[in-house]
Amino acid sequence: MITFLIFLAILLAVTAIVQMLSIYDLTSVIKGRKAFEVTEKENKTQAFLWLIFVPSYFIFILWQYLVWGKYMLPESASVHGEKIDGLFATTWSIIIPVFIITHSLLAYFCFKYVYNKDRKASFFAHNNKLELAWTVIPSLTLATLILYGLKTWNSVMSPIPDEADKVTIELFARQFDWTARYAGEDEKLGRSHFRLIKGFNALGVDSSDANAHDDILVKGEFHLPVNKPVEFVFRSQDVIHSAYMPHFRAQMNCVPGMATLFNFIPRYTTAEMKQKTNNENFDYILLCNKICGAAHYNMQMKIIVESEEDYNKWLSSQKRFLASN
Amino acid sequence: MSTTHEEHSHHEQSFITKYVFSQDHKMIAKQFLITGFLMGFIGMMMSVLFRLQLGWPGESFPILTFLLGENWAPDGVLTPDKYLALVTIHGTIMVFFLLTAGLSGTFSNLLIPLQLGARDMASGFLNMLSYWFFFLSSIIMLISLGVEGGPASAGWTIYPPLSALPQAIPGSGLGMTLWLVSMAIFIVSSLLGSLNYIVTILNLRTKGMKMTRMPLTIWAFLITAILGVLTFPVLLSAALLLIFDRSFETSFYLSDIVVAGTALDFNGGSPILFEHLFWFLGHPEVYIVLLPSLGLTSEIISVNARKPIFGYRAMIGSMLTIAFISIIVWGHHMFVTGMNPFLGAVFTFTTLLVAIPSAVKVFNYLTTLWKGNIRFTPAMLFAVGLISTFISGGLTGLILGDSALDINVHDTYFVVGHFHIVMGLSAVFGMYAGAYHWFPKLFGRMMNHNLGKAHFWLTITSVYGVFLPMHFIGLAGVPRRYYSNSAFPLFDSFIDLNEIVSAFAILAAFAQVLFFINFVYSALRGPKATQNPWDSNTLEWTTPVEHIHGNWPGEIPAVHRWPYDYSKPGAASDFIPQTVPLSEYEKDEGH
Repeated sequence: MITFLIFLAILLAVTAIVQMLSIYDLTSVIKGRKAFEVTEKENKTQAFLWLIFVPSYFIFILWQYLVWGKYMLPESASVHGEKIDGLFATTWSIIIPVFIITHSLLAYFCFKYVYNKDRKASFFAHNNKLELAWTVIPSLTLATLILYGLKTWNSVMSPIPDEADKVTIELFARQFDWTARYAGEDEKLGRSHFRLIKGFNALGVDSSDANAHDDILVKGEFHLPVNKPVEFVFRSQDVIHSAYMPHFRAQMNCVPGMATLFNFIPRYTTAEMKQKTNNENFDYILLCNKICGAAHYNMQMKIIVESEEDYNKWLSSQKRFLASN
Repeated sequence: MSTTHEEHSHHEQSFITKYVFSQDHKMIAKQFLITGFLMGFIGMMMSVLFRLQLGWPGESFPILTFLLGENWAPDGVLTPDKYLALVTIHGTIMVFFLLTAGLSGTFSNLLIPLQLGARDMASGFLNMLSYWFFFLSSIIMLISLGVEGGPASAGWTIYPPLSALPQAIPGSGLGMTLWLVSMAIFIVSSLLGSLNYIVTILNLRTKGMKMTRMPLTIWAFLITAILGVLTFPVLLSAALLLIFDRSFETSFYLSDIVVAGTALDFNGGSPILFEHLFWFLGHPEVYIVLLPSLGLTSEIISVNARKPIFGYRAMIGSMLTIAFISIIVWGHHMFVTGMNPFLGAVFTFTTLLVAIPSAVKVFNYLTTLWKGNIRFTPAMLFAVGLISTFISGGLTGLILGDSALDINVHDTYFVVGHFHIVMGLSAVFGMYAGAYHWFPKLFGRMMNHNLGKAHFWLTITSVYGVFLPMHFIGLAGVPRRYYSNSAFPLFDSFIDLNEIVSAFAILAAFAQVLFFINFVYSALRGPKATQNPWDSNTLEWTTPVEHIHGNWPGEIPAVHRWPYDYSKPGAASDFIPQTVPLSEYEKDEGH
């Protein structure tokens, strides 16, 4: 019944518009008005609408910023993330003025140069100086951005020096959950092979490899020590997933058939971040950020950053790979 | 030349050769326009349906069950895999069927012969084939919606292994096969069209129509067609290899896979190879979609500002530069795939370079408006709207193109907001502008201005209402292609903003109904058009209002000047058609 009523309402609305169109066309004929003509009054209205629209557009953005801006990601929880945030701020400081200036000009020109039959437009077809100016100025600006961007990118992507004390963790993805594998005391991940993935051995770890014996597999949540470099190795057993840890400004795809790498140094423990964000329920998360199937939207793992002491305590309470057999 | 034309007009045409298997470029343009808009309408409705789920996750909407059936939306709630199916087909339809075939197919076909002074396309037969291949691929894509397991659901980018393994997602069964077949046929259509456009532009220009006297529309179509010919074959090869992996157990893209508890025998392939092949087309595709719209609006802005387009040569130069650079930036879609950081650096460099010609275009548009005499027809409103969307969306590209920043916004709603504004809205605005402006040429009748203006203001308000909030949502780290954001307490702060986005999406869809009514009504009963309603300089307005085969009843007019002599000092009227010879003291501004 409701469907029928909705259908009827739409039909009536369409008929009404069509009838209005016919009436409009007929009265135009009577008034001797040409169908293609835009009258002076109509032009002025449109020009005025542009003058209203652009500031409203700015206000709309500002309003969103004021209401939802506080829910943006908090300060970076990793060391390299600070550099990324700095680059972000610089980029915004270029984008926002350019956005405001060009849009303001657009609105102003639309309003100011609206059609007037007594005026003729200026025949201004080209001007080499102007064109050179707006090729060179963007080029210089972009050169700066590119250099700054590349410098940041290189430092973010550079590997942890060999001699540094680090934690190695494999993040293993499958539809639709994550497993973290710690290298254990020997700081070496044991070999693994996809053909060995079976039942309890969800990662296909090769138990004949001595390095594998002290590996630690965890699900649900994993822990990181604060202020210590963490090297992540990413793998997937089925489709492409993406390990995204937004608070750490970290993301890397997990691709079946190959291992990918990313590393960062956590700066703040979970407890510190709860304070910083003024949110008792705050937690770092790892989520999947590459479409991977029906439950893609719920493929997550909790991350806990804590002091090295607590981290070691937690780690030693976890089962070793061979022990877990 | 006139004899050829008489032969043409004398031979009788049946209904089938005139309206169905027509070889006349004007009829083919109309076929492309109508098919494209219908596909676009379907694509838009899909977005409204999945926005219902995103705005009010888990709530029951009987209309979903009514439209999609019990299988897709039991009890009025979309299932997660069918949500992904809708997202996938929405993207595919919008990018390819509406904005590639619908846009280029319509306006290249209509305007290339008319603005260059040609009787028809170089090959009418290939042109007809191009449309019918497009039609066939549209039908196959729509059929795929109804097959067992549902249509392709791996995102419009169909990354394997997800798209290769029916065990991973039901849509990767028959639905994906049909997707691939449909796209292969689509690419054939696109290539036939593009080759035809290139050949026609290079060979069939009328006397005096030097390359430097061509309207910017034609330049845009030429560059688009070249870009398509260079890159679409790569997508075809990517699709063929995927078909091999899916059906003949080759391992181009697959290796070391365990799915549904079984280890598969694929060995040695790499999904990353697919991404490279896909984006080698995928990125230029953005410009295949955008350039025709930039061309159309350059023309519309100049005509309606009654002023020559500023920097004609710079406009051509910037389009050529954009097209060239667009072929060497595809890696920016893959910054976080684990590719060598050095390559990431190279792609950051090339990607950010695109901003330079884009900035030139924006400043040239603004200068064209400066000291103009602007008439706000609906076409002009959409053209000015395009300048706004091109700026708004283009600027956030500076963030996504920068590899270091991309790490944290990659695949979030920030990307969705960015590309919908810069490529989706800009291309759609250009297409609407073109439809309003050339409607008299297409159908010999005028569209209603008031409805057009209402359509524009409702559209621009509601689409910004849809896509701007997505930037904020994305900056908070919310990933795209999530069926629901309710699984993460972190994202709860955006429940109300997501409702706002969905409400605007519904409003935007209603606004398009205004266009639809205006279009159908005006095509059938609108007031008759005059020959040159917009006082325009270009050649298409010298042809009779009623379409005739061969376009001009007599000889094809010769061209004596560039197309942008608007408000030239010393001239009596504010426009001088290209067919008017240069007076003794005038110089041609084109070069």
